[in-house]
Amino acid sequence: MAVASDDNISFKDYAHPERLVSTEWLARQLNDGVVGSSDLVVLESDEDVLLYETGHIPGAVKVDWHLDLNDPVKRDYVDGRRFAQILGERGIGRDTTVVIYGDKSNWWAAYALWVFTLFGHQDVRLLDGGRAKWVAQGREMTRDVPDRTIVEYPVVERNDAPIRAFRDDVLAHIGQPMVDVRSPGEYSGELLHMPDYPQEGAMRGGHIPGARSVPWARAAAEDGTFKSRVDLEAIYVDEQGLAPSDDVVAYCRIGERSSHTWFVLTHLLGFERVRNYDGSWTEWGNAVQVPIEVGAQ
Amino acid sequence: MTADEVAAGLPESLDEIAQDFAALSARDRLTLLLDFSDELPELPERYQGHAELLERVDECQSPLFLVVEVEGAHDALGSQQATVRLFFQAPPEAPTTRGFAGILHEGLDGLTVAEVLAVPDDAPYRFGLGEAVSPLRLRGMVAMLARIKRQVRIKSAA
Repeated sequence: MAVASDDNISFKDYAHPERLVSTEWLARQLNDGVVGSSDLVVLESDEDVLLYETGHIPGAVKVDWHLDLNDPVKRDYVDGRRFAQILGERGIGRDTTVVIYGDKSNWWAAYALWVFTLFGHQDVRLLDGGRAKWVAQGREMTRDVPDRTIVEYPVVERNDAPIRAFRDDVLAHIGQPMVDVRSPGEYSGELLHMPDYPQEGAMRGGHIPGARSVPWARAAAEDGTFKSRVDLEAIYVDEQGLAPSDDVVAYCRIGERSSHTWFVLTHLLGFERVRNYDGSWTEWGNAVQVPIEVGAQ
Repeated sequence: MTADEVAAGLPESLDEIAQDFAALSARDRLTLLLDFSDELPELPERYQGHAELLERVDECQSPLFLVVEVEGAHDALGSQQATVRLFFQAPPEAPTTRGFAGILHEGLDGLTVAEVLAVPDDAPYRFGLGEAVSPLRLRGMVAMLARIKRQVRIKSAA
């Protein structure tokens, strides 16, 4: 059974306020013993695979974007069977409310939330401010790993089309709204080559023609929470000229930072059609004959 | 032992660490990596606040800085026998990166220039960490080792 939304006043202006919970709300659920029940499971999703082990929110379970959500062999996400196993092992049922939090202003948490959405998990929310805010407020952390009772999660096949773009989709999309959320140096093409060092990266630098540069972190406030709706609209609507009815594609390097922007546009600003291109620059910058633009906007 | 076999081996100190990891399950390997992260020595005072003296390892997912000292590179023993000292800085929010640095610190600090330069470049793949932290993330440790060896080469050159 789903847990009631956080009616925190600071969320009320967002298009889908039920997608966020505050640290106060989560602390109350902890106090009331709801965290870790079949109603509410809290997941930590970080860039650093060891961060959870250094200490986490009591009752929280770890999910690793690389080891748990990516297919171990081909470049794709796990299939429905594996997803069911990952969630079942964590005590998550199809109706469980899942709250995800993580490091780096929740960008990896947003990535996990986006993958959960591919599988149509209904009630998945972010802890506004993520791990950093919880820690900054001096709230309890623990190294104890909870024992979860395995539950049955149904095998649901992914439905990629509504929120995921592939290379050919992006080729066909050129000329329509596109957001590059990487740093300005990556966007212009300056940041790529580093002599003498091993480099995970792309053969070419630059951006997809027509993409606007809006670094993902502009949507985050200093404490890692999301900016207010008014401030977000000032960036994406007033400055960049995007409209909620637009068909938008967002991308970065592997689709993690752009998941954060996808969350902002979809759930906070109520855009109806936003797709995340998870192939992103590590595919585009290596693909043969795709068009590339260089230089600052 | 042929020259090839010598070149392919890990120095004893690093080999011991590799054996410790090999004896554990993937999950316990993470715990051991966390120990290395917890135990990474602080940067000595002379480097604190002197970021310009440290080299940034960009390949790590989180910022890591390192500096190598070579003690007695120019005395009578010859630079190949000089002692290598390693210093690292990485924030507590980056425990995996700190763990990698901790392994290299424990395994390489105090060895001679010749011993450090003989460490195979694929050493980071010999701790069984691929399945625990993913091979992609291990690239950060490969880069650390490459930069350490590069600094050792430069600083031990006559």
